[in-house]
Amino acid sequence: MLTAILIALPFLAGLLIITSGGEQSKRIALGAALAELAVAIVMLAQFQINAESQFVFNYPWIPSLGINFHVATDGISMLMILLTTVLTPLIIYSSFGHNYSKPQNFYGLILLMQMALIGVFTAMDGFLFYIFWELALIPIYFICLLWGGENSAKITFKFFLYTMVGSLFMLVALIYLFQQTPGTHSFDINALYAAGQALDLNAQRAVFWGLFLAFAIKMPIFPLHTWQPDTYVVAPAQGTMLLSGIMLKMGIYGAIRWLLPMVPDAVAAYANIAMVLAIVGIIYASLIAWVQTDMKRLIAYSSIAHVGLIAAGVFSLNEQGISGAVYQMLSHGINVFALFFIADMIEQRTKTRLMGNLGGVRTVAPKFATFFMVIMMGSVALPLTNGFPGEFLLLNGVYQANSMYALFAGITIILGAVYMLNAYQKSMLGEVTATTEKFEEPKGHEKHILWICAALVIVMGVYPKPLFSIAEPAIQQLLTMVK
Amino acid sequence: MIKLVALVPLFPLLGFIITGLFGKSLSKTAAAIVASGAILLSFVVSLLLFIELIGAGDNISHTIKLFDWIQAGKFSADLSLLIDPLSSVFLLIITGVGFLIHVYSTGYMHDDEGHNKFFSYLNLFVFFMLLLVLGSNYLVMFVGWEGVGLCSYLLIGFWFKNTSYNNAAKKAFIMNRIGDLGFLLGIFLIYVTFGSVSYSEVFAQAKFYTADEPVIIAITLLLFVGAMGKSAQLPLYTWLPDAMAGPTPVSALIHAATMVTAGIYMIARSNILYTLAPTSMHIVALIGVITAVFAATIGLLQNDIKKVLAYSTVSQLGYMFLALGMGAYTSAVFHVITHAFFKALLFLGAGSVIHAMGGEQDIRKMGGLKGHLPTTFATFLIGTIAIAGIPPFAGFFSKDEILAHAFAHNKIFWLLGVGGSVLTAFYMFRLLFLTFYGKFRGTHHQEEHLHESPKSITIPLVILAGLSIVGGFIGLPEAFHAKHLLKSFLSPVFAASDLRMLPAEISHATEYALMALAIVIVLVVVLLARNKYIVKGELPVADNVALSPASKLIANKYYVDEIYDSIIVKPLHWISGVFYRVMDIQVVDGFVNFIGKAVVWSSGNVRLAQTGKIGYYVFVMVLSVALLLLYISY
Repeated sequence: MLTAILIALPFLAGLLIITSGGEQSKRIALGAALAELAVAIVMLAQFQINAESQFVFNYPWIPSLGINFHVATDGISMLMILLTTVLTPLIIYSSFGHNYSKPQNFYGLILLMQMALIGVFTAMDGFLFYIFWELALIPIYFICLLWGGENSAKITFKFFLYTMVGSLFMLVALIYLFQQTPGTHSFDINALYAAGQALDLNAQRAVFWGLFLAFAIKMPIFPLHTWQPDTYVVAPAQGTMLLSGIMLKMGIYGAIRWLLPMVPDAVAAYANIAMVLAIVGIIYASLIAWVQTDMKRLIAYSSIAHVGLIAAGVFSLNEQGISGAVYQMLSHGINVFALFFIADMIEQRTKTRLMGNLGGVRTVAPKFATFFMVIMMGSVALPLTNGFPGEFLLLNGVYQANSMYALFAGITIILGAVYMLNAYQKSMLGEVTATTEKFEEPKGHEKHILWICAALVIVMGVYPKPLFSIAEPAIQQLLTMVK
Repeated sequence: MIKLVALVPLFPLLGFIITGLFGKSLSKTAAAIVASGAILLSFVVSLLLFIELIGAGDNISHTIKLFDWIQAGKFSADLSLLIDPLSSVFLLIITGVGFLIHVYSTGYMHDDEGHNKFFSYLNLFVFFMLLLVLGSNYLVMFVGWEGVGLCSYLLIGFWFKNTSYNNAAKKAFIMNRIGDLGFLLGIFLIYVTFGSVSYSEVFAQAKFYTADEPVIIAITLLLFVGAMGKSAQLPLYTWLPDAMAGPTPVSALIHAATMVTAGIYMIARSNILYTLAPTSMHIVALIGVITAVFAATIGLLQNDIKKVLAYSTVSQLGYMFLALGMGAYTSAVFHVITHAFFKALLFLGAGSVIHAMGGEQDIRKMGGLKGHLPTTFATFLIGTIAIAGIPPFAGFFSKDEILAHAFAHNKIFWLLGVGGSVLTAFYMFRLLFLTFYGKFRGTHHQEEHLHESPKSITIPLVILAGLSIVGGFIGLPEAFHAKHLLKSFLSPVFAASDLRMLPAEISHATEYALMALAIVIVLVVVLLARNKYIVKGELPVADNVALSPASKLIANKYYVDEIYDSIIVKPLHWISGVFYRVMDIQVVDGFVNFIGKAVVWSSGNVRLAQTGKIGYYVFVMVLSVALLLLYISY
């Protein structure tokens, strides 16, 4: 039941704000997002650490097609819910320095987006999953289009079309699987699993590509990533945060829940290719991040690199790799949100995103520079920050699959330091410049957000165990189907 | 008592939190007292632990679990601490020398605007360094390992307005991360091989392996890559000389006495694995001895007082790896100890000189400081004698022990080792003579301001000088029929290795002869240096004077930085630009756009696509879903 409440609450709040929000929209939206977080915390308190799906809500929707409104929460979903419900209020709060036109639409769309994201992370019915998957695209499309920067129409259109093409492949794959289910057919996840697992290898291969394309575009995995940097740059700050902090996890989550157990033989056959693509993407995107001059674009490419490692861990098909992937989704969500928030603060204060124009901020605003340093250490996965447990397990998983792959994937720890320290030096260190001489320290909501993020970076790095143990039984059960 | 081991890293952590979070509201004195006091408390606890271990008989290894840290499937790593003779020795060095350097910093950094921040970083460093040596598994060692790297980065770039300092800091972090990748892969291979990363599990299982199995060779070499980075060995040493950009107490503590010896600790800790891999041992010894000589030659022609000491550190670390590679683990730890005393002393002495000279570091512009800085001079002299290996000062015993093993193990190593110590004696006395003897060569203004440093600076110098004199007595050679205290204390740690392979020994007569030979050679070298720099009063040439090709090569540090830059950094940067501008924008994205356009064109919806009317696409999407559904249901 709680799962359904988690979906209904932002939906209703979103509609309410759009229809009658007015100038108070941002506050109402924040309140709604906090209420949603409270529900998630209640859920967490009641959550039993085992492999069962909990808080099940299952009602027939289109009985003739075997479609149910079936949502539930297991350990993996629980963590994704936490990610979504923690980040959404932060994202809304982070906009308090902006005055967006038509705030009722802006904030309403964010909440609708949250509804769809929770739906994606809890759907246990293939058709429902697809509906939420597409529903998530529509609000973010409008957020990027209407509140985006220069050239947003063209760039967001490409983003929309690109990801939608991927989704259609997925839809075809799901429908094919549906037809393989016995009797009157069903979209239930377990029925689809059974159908997929029973397929011969060639059929599994076809289904694999259908699903994989959708997920790989969403993450994105090299070479399907070119929609991402432009979209991240042109989107308004909160749009970028939604995209990178939460939405891209749909792809990774999708791969773990809807791909690995669905067609295990094809996954085994193609895991190598997927890992190679992911690892090429790590090095490729890291190198490109190194030569960026625009801070937002740099973070965008760094995100491709990080996601590449997560994908490689998923396709290592062992417990370390998948645990690492799940944990890293949370850490990456927080870190990339914080980095984009920092980039947004810099842009608002200096009217530029070009790092060459910055420098010396640490002299003028030492607290800001320290927060940036802490977040950056999380991003480069220094031990005792939240980036490390995930990255360590991911590389460990990849190593068990293939030690040479781990060598190449591991280059991320070097290149990550190269581009991040470079960016930090260019923007924060050195002499004060004309653009930065009046740089203000974080104030009000900015301070709160940075403190929360910095605390999460440290706490999740020092004591990750509670989060790991939530997902562990679910991951173990999932892996029994993969092998 | 043993349970209190957690207090050792806890005090510096608290010191860091207090000085870090409340640095703004603390007075300089308060911050200095909190930070130094934290280290002093750690030192006291370390000392009590040490005393307890001495009297503990066979029961000398204790693990204290703090909490579960990372756990996934069969992989698990606790945050737990291990106290045994080896970690105990390192605790004493880190907290003991660390405390002296904190005291020194209260004077040295007194007028710096970042005073409180400096102490908070220093405390954080000590915390991570203690974690590194106290961890009971490879993952906790890695935590400390990367943590000290962060502190090193923060402290090298402490004066962050200066771009070249920032570059030096960044270089140190990145180069260390290259090593860290090796370390990390080593941990993975350890886990895959032994199913655990905790020392007790790994070493217990390792005993069942025979010598030179490929997997053990691979593990030990991967770990050694990490050691090369952290302990500045060829080819990953170039960050250390640049690291001298940091304030001098940092150079003394991090880049001489403690952090850079982490690689030695790692190998000594893993001694059983290395003993099982003679091939790796040989590589370790070879890299060590080559680095020792290579860095010493560069030291000959450096004119920056700290750079000379930096290359000297690289070279001395080389000796320690030589010892490790020959299975002489105790000798390596012995040299870590004596080196911590005399190299910290020399750096702090250099800091006192730089302080008096108003920031000048070029020894060509010094000279004649003997009379102005009597305490600094006397202690620097002691440090110089100690590092040159003149008895009975500390460096003599530890270096002699390494050279004696080398003589028995491999005559070429011995010859190179002696060659390196000849070079060391020369460049160190060159440094001493140019700085403290002859006429003052600085400006008139500087001369007027020459002064001995305050007590907070000179007292640590005097204590370290005392330790540099007597520190060697903890490891008197067997030839003297005395007890090697350090050896008997550490013997439980290396017992399993010693059972398999004892380091080669030589007869007492030979050892006496070698000692005499070494002393004579060093004394001759000192006289040569004296003749050149005091009697003849020669000076190193100015930067714009042309050098002979050989000198030029050495003075430019064999162009190693330039070579790395032109064969690695620049090509990689160039290719990154190509990846971005050509590959990503034109090829990959170009292809995507081409597909998109082709589809749009062929469907005849050019106009709609260009205006991007999303409503239409949503409509198409919904329609197609509906059609598909219809298709399935019939």
